[in-house]
Amino acid sequence: MNKILFFLAASLAGTVALADGDYRAEAIAMMKHDFKTKGIATADRVNEDGVQAVCNRSGDHPPKTIAERLEKDQLESIRYPADGKLMGDWKAGEKLAQSGRGMTWSDKAGVPGGGNCYNCHQIGPAETSFGTVGPSLYQFGKLRGSGPDMQKYVYGRIWNAKAFNLCSAMPRFGHVQALTEAQIKDLVALLLDPQSPVNSK
Amino acid sequence: MADPMKIRAQMKGDTADIRVLMSHAMETGQRKDNAGNTVPAHYIQSITIDVGGKRVIQGQTGTSVSRNPVFGFRVKGAKAGDKVVIHWEDNKGDKRTDETTVAG
Amino acid sequence: MKQRPSMLAAAAALTAAFAVQAQQPPKKAPPPAKAAAPAKSAISEEFEKFREVLEEDNPAELFEARGEDIWKNKKGPDGASMAQCDLGLGAGVVKGAYVRMPRWFADVGKVMDAERRVVHCMVKYLGYKEEDIRKQPFSNVNKTPDHVSVITYVAGQSRNMKIAVPQKHPQERATYEIGKEIFAYRAGPYDFACATCHGNDDMRIRTQDLPNLRKPDQAIRAYQGWPGYRMTGGFMLTQQWRMNDCFRQQRFPEPTYLSDTITALLTYMTVTANGQLYKGPGIKR
Repeated sequence: MNKILFFLAASLAGTVALADGDYRAEAIAMMKHDFKTKGIATADRVNEDGVQAVCNRSGDHPPKTIAERLEKDQLESIRYPADGKLMGDWKAGEKLAQSGRGMTWSDKAGVPGGGNCYNCHQIGPAETSFGTVGPSLYQFGKLRGSGPDMQKYVYGRIWNAKAFNLCSAMPRFGHVQALTEAQIKDLVALLLDPQSPVNSK
Repeated sequence: MADPMKIRAQMKGDTADIRVLMSHAMETGQRKDNAGNTVPAHYIQSITIDVGGKRVIQGQTGTSVSRNPVFGFRVKGAKAGDKVVIHWEDNKGDKRTDETTVAG
Repeated sequence: MKQRPSMLAAAAALTAAFAVQAQQPPKKAPPPAKAAAPAKSAISEEFEKFREVLEEDNPAELFEARGEDIWKNKKGPDGASMAQCDLGLGAGVVKGAYVRMPRWFADVGKVMDAERRVVHCMVKYLGYKEEDIRKQPFSNVNKTPDHVSVITYVAGQSRNMKIAVPQKHPQERATYEIGKEIFAYRAGPYDFACATCHGNDDMRIRTQDLPNLRKPDQAIRAYQGWPGYRMTGGFMLTQQWRMNDCFRQQRFPEPTYLSDTITALLTYMTVTANGQLYKGPGIKR
């Protein structure tokens, strides 16, 4: 990761005005000083990782060559289930999609988090309380198919959205262990299973 | 001692529009504090309102009323300058009286 | 004289009924696939109407009155009072001060937001202990701390005034720039920045509309209604609380109360809203 960062620093230096960099450095120093561990939300969370650093320094629009290179890194880091099965239970997936819990300082350690899906996406037809930060996923399987390639794509996209769009607003649920393998399978089923209400007429 | 009420009384046609905001915890007796102990019920149980020296409301309230409640009344036949006196008492014997005059 | 009284309604029962309703939106026919974002939901519009009605008789006034009493009557151990407190417009001047902070305060050599300045004065003049205030900085159902009432009073004294946060002092400008950086800074397990949810137009989390805080006419929406009376529980919450809870949902660690980070963020957001009308302490669900 360090190598990548150096590479980035070199390629981005020309595009960022010095003054901005100064304020950013001050902002980061300030946050490192002011944020404290509370519950499971540890103080080190204010440190950027490589992908975050690139997105922060480019206003979420990194140069294409850098984006492609880092997306490839992220893609290679996705761990697909050893048993080769990518679809779980859509009913469990729906419950998970409803839950907005997980990873805040008021969440308990060891308690499985939720998918937070409806916060940002339209998904099932019965839920009218959905967000619009992400695209509608209603009829997803019906429109996009549900074959092995599509299953792999959806699983990967939930596991690490940044592998497909480096500065996507969507969290990397598998990558940061916000969701387990079994949970992601259930979400894949919610979107792709022909029995799922997402794909009903 | 309880904080003062905020009372507004304004004539609208031949009717006085009276609104009162009361500062009270209005504990239902069903809430538990952080330590898991039940917080005892503590609520306003009677309200009286006098307008121009005449009792216009004598009411009883219970635990279904919210914390810091707002009540609104319309009193026909009142006039600008009438004195409005509002009094409440709670189940612990705390009480409070505040007054204002009806604005024209 | 014939007098016919009629009791209208207790706000309380309405509040309770509404809270239930808000959690259970009516099931409607599913929108068509790939539909554009639906219009603001009926539920949030209904809630807005309800909130506007309650705003006329906002229990926040009770806290304003309590804060005013502390400001005007309370004395510190040395006999000092808040009459000596300079909120930026001179000692003891409260009118219009809230909408002119955060600002540079030469006596402490810092840019301070309103809440930070009020607490500073209460410690300095009234003998409150900062460590006590930090033990319970925010209100809960058991207690609305004194400093929250005083902030509510100070905010009420800027009711119906235009936001006019100064940007003359170099530190005021630098604080704005730092706040802008913090606003856009992505980190934490979900890779969220403030801007992830508040950097674009017309987005929602569930049914909650998200203002784009980079634009003046929307930045006001993050300022309006604070300090706010929370109907669920019946207590006052301030902007410092609002920022704290945003970071919780952003999956960040906890920002220190009255820290430079929060002052910088509030400076960025409030300067962006400069010129907009502040309506005073509000009411929140």
